[in-house]
Amino acid sequence: MSGTGIGARVLRKEDFRFITGKGQYTDDVNRYGQAHAVFLRSPHAHAEILGIKLDAARAMPGVIDIFTGDDLAADKIGGLICGWMIHSKDGTPMKAGAHPALAQGKVRYVGDHVAVIIAETQAQARDAMEKIVVDYKVLAPVVAMADAVKSGAPVLHDVAPDNTVYNWALGDEAATQAAFAKAAHVTKLDIVNNRLVPNPMEPRAAVGDWDSGQDAFTLYTTSQNPHVARLVLSAFIGIAPEHKLRVIAPDVGGGFGSKIFIYAEETVCVWAAKKVGRPVKWVADRTEAFLSDAHGRDHVTHAEMALDASGKILGLRVKTQANLGAYLSTFSSCVPTYLYAPLLSGQYDIPAIYVEVDGLYTNTAPVDAYRGAGRPEATFVIERMVEVAAREVKQDPAEFRRRNFVRQFPHQTPVIMCYDAGDYDAALTKALEMSDYKNIGARKAESAKKGLLRGIGFSAYIEACGIAPSAAVGSLGAGVGLWESAEVRVNPVGTVEILTGSHSHGQGHETTFAQLVSERLGISIDNVAIVHGDTDKVQMGMGTYGSRSGAVGMSAISKALDKIEAKAKKVAGFVLEASPDDIEFKDGKFSVRGTDKEIDFASVALQAYIAHKFNGQELEPGLKESAFWDPTNFTFPAGVHICELEIDPATGVTRIDRWTAVDDFGNVINPMIVEGQVHGGIAQGVGQALLEGAVYDASGQLVTASYMDYSMPRAGDLPSYDVGMTQTACPSNPLGIKGCGEAGAIAAPPAVMNAITDAIGHEGIDMPATPLALWRAIQKAAPRAAAE
Amino acid sequence: MASVTLSVNGKSVTRDVDARTLLVEFLREHMRLTGTHVGCDTTQCGCCTVHVNGEAMKSCTLLAVAVDGATITTIEGLAKGQDLHPMQAAFREHHGLQCGFCTPGMIMSAVDMVRRKGTDLDDKTIREELEGNICRCTGYHNIVKAIHYGAEAMGKAGTAAE
Repeated sequence: MSGTGIGARVLRKEDFRFITGKGQYTDDVNRYGQAHAVFLRSPHAHAEILGIKLDAARAMPGVIDIFTGDDLAADKIGGLICGWMIHSKDGTPMKAGAHPALAQGKVRYVGDHVAVIIAETQAQARDAMEKIVVDYKVLAPVVAMADAVKSGAPVLHDVAPDNTVYNWALGDEAATQAAFAKAAHVTKLDIVNNRLVPNPMEPRAAVGDWDSGQDAFTLYTTSQNPHVARLVLSAFIGIAPEHKLRVIAPDVGGGFGSKIFIYAEETVCVWAAKKVGRPVKWVADRTEAFLSDAHGRDHVTHAEMALDASGKILGLRVKTQANLGAYLSTFSSCVPTYLYAPLLSGQYDIPAIYVEVDGLYTNTAPVDAYRGAGRPEATFVIERMVEVAAREVKQDPAEFRRRNFVRQFPHQTPVIMCYDAGDYDAALTKALEMSDYKNIGARKAESAKKGLLRGIGFSAYIEACGIAPSAAVGSLGAGVGLWESAEVRVNPVGTVEILTGSHSHGQGHETTFAQLVSERLGISIDNVAIVHGDTDKVQMGMGTYGSRSGAVGMSAISKALDKIEAKAKKVAGFVLEASPDDIEFKDGKFSVRGTDKEIDFASVALQAYIAHKFNGQELEPGLKESAFWDPTNFTFPAGVHICELEIDPATGVTRIDRWTAVDDFGNVINPMIVEGQVHGGIAQGVGQALLEGAVYDASGQLVTASYMDYSMPRAGDLPSYDVGMTQTACPSNPLGIKGCGEAGAIAAPPAVMNAITDAIGHEGIDMPATPLALWRAIQKAAPRAAAE
Repeated sequence: MASVTLSVNGKSVTRDVDARTLLVEFLREHMRLTGTHVGCDTTQCGCCTVHVNGEAMKSCTLLAVAVDGATITTIEGLAKGQDLHPMQAAFREHHGLQCGFCTPGMIMSAVDMVRRKGTDLDDKTIREELEGNICRCTGYHNIVKAIHYGAEAMGKAGTAAE
């Protein structure tokens, strides 16, 4: 390993600009003559629009134009799409209601888009917005999922008269019934996975620009996947053909899934730029982000687990209602189905699983992928179930898990996934050691002396990352392939530009991707530039989400580097007057095997471009290669997190005392960055478990729409984390990488809730376990403690 | 319109601005100092933290006219050319940032924390003092570490009292 190669703890190349205030985020982009857009949003959860009066607003100072859904329709601008087709168990396709970027006749959630005001300044646009008069006929809303499916419930979309998008199922129902029939013990649990708001610190923003000379558009936007945005805006929404539409995602201030999707505001800004003949900028304020960013999670589940007399799991059945909100967001349909149910086997050898999921419309913001996307929901179900099952059959929760671990690989689960590699015992053993589990009894006694309740909770999670083999996801309904692209451009002086379809919004690709190049070509990372986030520079790509950029994005780079090496060997062969087969490449030098003749990488690059030593018929000049990598399987990061906490029963306040994480991410490029990803993920998971929750009142108003109402995890709410690793290389990609971006958010919620329920002695508490909720739960009878 | 004169990162500037212009708008829109970010516009997240006459303040809810005549330091004014302020260097050294959006506010708050609390900061103090700054990426672990070592480095460099 060189000092900046694979496995090195290299400081990040991108940091200098961020710590000096020189990052370039979308709101930092200012185009000459730009106007400002503000969106008038629905104050009602459900209403018909009988009329919109714009005259008074148009007369306000600085107003350039105002548009409504009628204007989009007149320009034949298509609605927003959901790109993953799910079929119900009866074979019928999902029921996708129309999703216009600006409402046409009806609004379906508070924050839905009614009109856009474009003015000289943002303040003027806001002032004018106040003068728009909308005549609403307010309709009864559907807020809770339980109400959505009641007979006579208000209907959001005519295509779904029962507010049901799909009734989907996975697994073998008969085999699962048979497993339950022979069970010695059945554990049952009702589980709520609370609705979250992703909240990257940078609110969404867009600058639309139109070049009248070329009739071409540019959209600067806060996107995790600018090429997918261009594809959708072009092919489905109809802004312009792809060669006339450039999408740039510059520095992006966090995404966590919420910046994958193609939203109304970005669509309207780029379209409106041509309408008004000026660049149009929109920046969300935080309340708009709460109202209109796609939310995450929001499941209600009943689960049952069948055990034999020894504590071996025989079967699992799960029935989930998934809230999809008022419209189907870009990838929403796959989150509670194919990103959820296939992970319900966890790390366990479970012979039979049957899962049913009802996807429902409600008058709330659309719900889509949020860090982990389906996998945290699955992990919460299985890890709460095994913990409760272990308690019910009076087995140690660690040993209960060990008894049921998968040990043979590859392991085909009953729910699609084939786990390729892992060592679950190793992670558990290491986590037990690091957490000093054997002395938990003494620590509990110490806490009790102080009048505090101490609990410990496990989470042995697994996730499916490296998303994903294109043909496989195609067979499951995906509208796209999930490969990644890379281009390696070697300059004549031997410096290298890597063009990647991945996008970095905090993950540190400018460093880790350069480390791969440094390792492979033997050059300094300072001589490598990573280019991403611009559809005019990178031809095509699928973007960053699902912990895919290492496993898929870097594999594409690796494949392109293979081609660079092969071509460079040919060049070196001509220069050194040897057969390419006799050329060795090591530590940045090409040499003729068995001789002292050698030439360095930079000199070969120069020779490739001056092309003096070979003719163009023998070898094309230049040194530039590209590759697409399509994964052969998902990857399966897994690990064990242990949360130990103390609760003050007088106040319900929880303090996390120690956090142990042992993760198997396969091969690691930069441990410093990987640990950072784990820390951040845990914080989001702890946030879900203890603090966060999007709350709509009965009328459909989002009452948690600012940081004064929605509790974001702050430094004082969180512990430091003790992070360890185990390693089994991933056999499904050339670098052996599994991915690390979502693990913490997936692992953490059940670890916290298992610790809390251990501390209070019963299972009667849902997330978020706020002090009030916990205090109430502690007041309840504690059946398990009382029985002991 | 109102005339506002500020000293920003050592340079005196006077602008006629709409009276409702916020300090963060003055910095971002009028001075094109875009390192100061707006994360929440309600003084909760701290992405917009700058120094006003040496004290950390949130510029998203402060009218520019209200600080007329003040000396402002933004993240762009912290380094001396290519020489990073010790707190900036510590954030890099300890991986105290990921997406970078909250980072300018974090660093400005951290420098102010050292001014108020000294250069020997324990984790508990740092976590309490970060109450007004939200980060969604790092889980704070490395931010706390960066501030601890950044404070120590400021002590050694003699920058704490500045």
